Amino acid sequence: MAMYSKDVLRFSLDALRGYPTRSLLMLIAMSIGVAAVIILTALGEGARRYVGNEFSSLGTNLIIVFPGRSETAGLNPSTMMGETPRDLTIEDAIALTRTPYIKRIAPINVGQANVSWHGSSREVVIIGSNVDLLEIRHWKLSSGSFLPETDIGRASSLAVIGKKIKQELFGSASAIGEWIRIGDRRFRVIGILGSEGRSIGVDVQETIIIPIATAQQFFNTSSLFRLLVEATHRDAILPAKEFVIQTLQNRHQGEKDVTVVTQDAVLATFDKILKTLTYAVGGIAAISLAVAGILIMNVMLVAVSQRTAEIGLLKAVGASSNQVLLLILAEAMLLSIIGAVSGLLLGNLVTLLIRNAFPDFPAYAPLWASIAAVSVSLLTGMIFSLLPARRAAQLDPVLALSGH
Amino acid sequence: MIRLEQIHRDFQVGDQVVHALNNINLNIKSAEYISIMGPSGSGKSTLLNLIGLLDQPSSGHYLIDNQNVTTLTAVQQAQLRNRKIGFVFQAFHLIPRLTAAENIELPLILAGREAKQRKQSVFHALQALGLEDRAHHKPDQLSGGQRQRVAIARATIMQPEIILADEPTGNLDHRSGNDVLQILESLNKEGMTLIIVTHDAEVGKRAQRHILMQDGQLASDNLSSRARAE
Repeated sequence: MAMYSKDVLRFSLDALRGYPTRSLLMLIAMSIGVAAVIILTALGEGARRYVGNEFSSLGTNLIIVFPGRSETAGLNPSTMMGETPRDLTIEDAIALTRTPYIKRIAPINVGQANVSWHGSSREVVIIGSNVDLLEIRHWKLSSGSFLPETDIGRASSLAVIGKKIKQELFGSASAIGEWIRIGDRRFRVIGILGSEGRSIGVDVQETIIIPIATAQQFFNTSSLFRLLVEATHRDAILPAKEFVIQTLQNRHQGEKDVTVVTQDAVLATFDKILKTLTYAVGGIAAISLAVAGILIMNVMLVAVSQRTAEIGLLKAVGASSNQVLLLILAEAMLLSIIGAVSGLLLGNLVTLLIRNAFPDFPAYAPLWASIAAVSVSLLTGMIFSLLPARRAAQLDPVLALSGH
Repeated sequence: MIRLEQIHRDFQVGDQVVHALNNINLNIKSAEYISIMGPSGSGKSTLLNLIGLLDQPSSGHYLIDNQNVTTLTAVQQAQLRNRKIGFVFQAFHLIPRLTAAENIELPLILAGREAKQRKQSVFHALQALGLEDRAHHKPDQLSGGQRQRVAIARATIMQPEIILADEPTGNLDHRSGNDVLQILESLNKEGMTLIIVTHDAEVGKRAQRHILMQDGQLASDNLSSRARAE
């Protein structure tokens, strides 16, 4: 004696339509749960991709060198004595150019200074670097020229200014060839940077770039802030990194006192962090699915007690306990399925709206999140309707029919 | 075809045990028409539920067609209810969201019959009970008499051997009550065993065999004068 599944479905669907308010409530709870998982994981995933995009705009095949050691390489006399790391100097940078693995090197010093021209002035981030910076960072000039290709250690009073600085200081007047004052020194403007976007916190359009040697005099330092190294191609990244470490160790009397990170490694770290974050928010959102499950259980319990007479009747006309169980379970599962599908639609609609509102932010829910959300919702629907369904199946038909 | 041997049914009410049925011995032949009467609490409904396999005896044997049904599994009992027994209730017990035709179809669905076959059976049942034009009405669009006719159609759709009616006219006016009784009686004439539980002496009188219950026991069990004459 087995019912056709089509008949089971039809009966359950009729039962759901018979109580529209409670069915709708459960649907909403379920779809909010599923939508929450999708939206939150889409945000997490979006953040991951966003960071990825930001990094690739930083430059390709990039190796970053900075002074000081961020991880201990075992115990050695210098760590015991708490020695301060040696400076990373311009000479170090020059030494690194002697290998085929490295295509470009841009030493960097960063500082802030007051900039003025004809009475208008403002605080600006000053970057000291060389000609290679433009190519390494994929920046574009809107007019004029970048720092000239000269001896890296030679100071000159040239400046390339960001587009916004140009606007603020010069307005519509021409800036190329003009002399501006940075701190107490005068610089001649030779180019204007047109690139958009930020690279790690600094808006390109709001910076001024001057030759590295000038910047070191200006900030009164001999130590570089960073060395940006571009490997010749992707496969050269690792040998280039090795070369950098070796060369600097030799130059620093055998001390490994610099930190060398490849862009890939940094990116991988961020990737890992943001992936974990995505799993975490997805998990938190999944809790709302459990809440929806509990709601389903409660409403189904009420439904069973509302429909005791019906269940008694089903038994009187020959339904076995298992058939009653099946009918009630089918009802809950049907609700879960419809809820999950509308949750999927709702979630995707919201992420679509987010993408429209923030075109830079790729808020796409990962596939695993959609699959997990739907299967968790079906599973909770199943688990939490077992209790009401069992209660219905075990109803005493005599009592049920007499309205107890 | 129905045999009850030393049937007891005890209920625990608080810390008291109530003997709803006390040593019932009863033989019912195929195609008999029996009324069970008695005051409230005399055990007549309990007896009917027991015969209908909705309830289990505390002790004793119950045989249908010489098969001991008290030892059957719950699933087997449900199958027996589905195939051999039809219930008609005072409160009709139609499912409100389903149409007349869908209510009648229910036992067929539970039995796993094909849709095409079901449709045919339901159509014939509707026709036999004069409900063709009410097939797609919901119960709340039907009169009491019509509702009970739908319930009878549902009870008989599986061609059961036994019809158990618990106060079938209790919620009906005199005329539709009479209609319903006539339908049940014509089914009895076609060979279905009919057992009616009722308060109403007038209804009870119409049966061939009158059983009177008192305090969970059979107080009397008489054939009607007409049946005796036959």
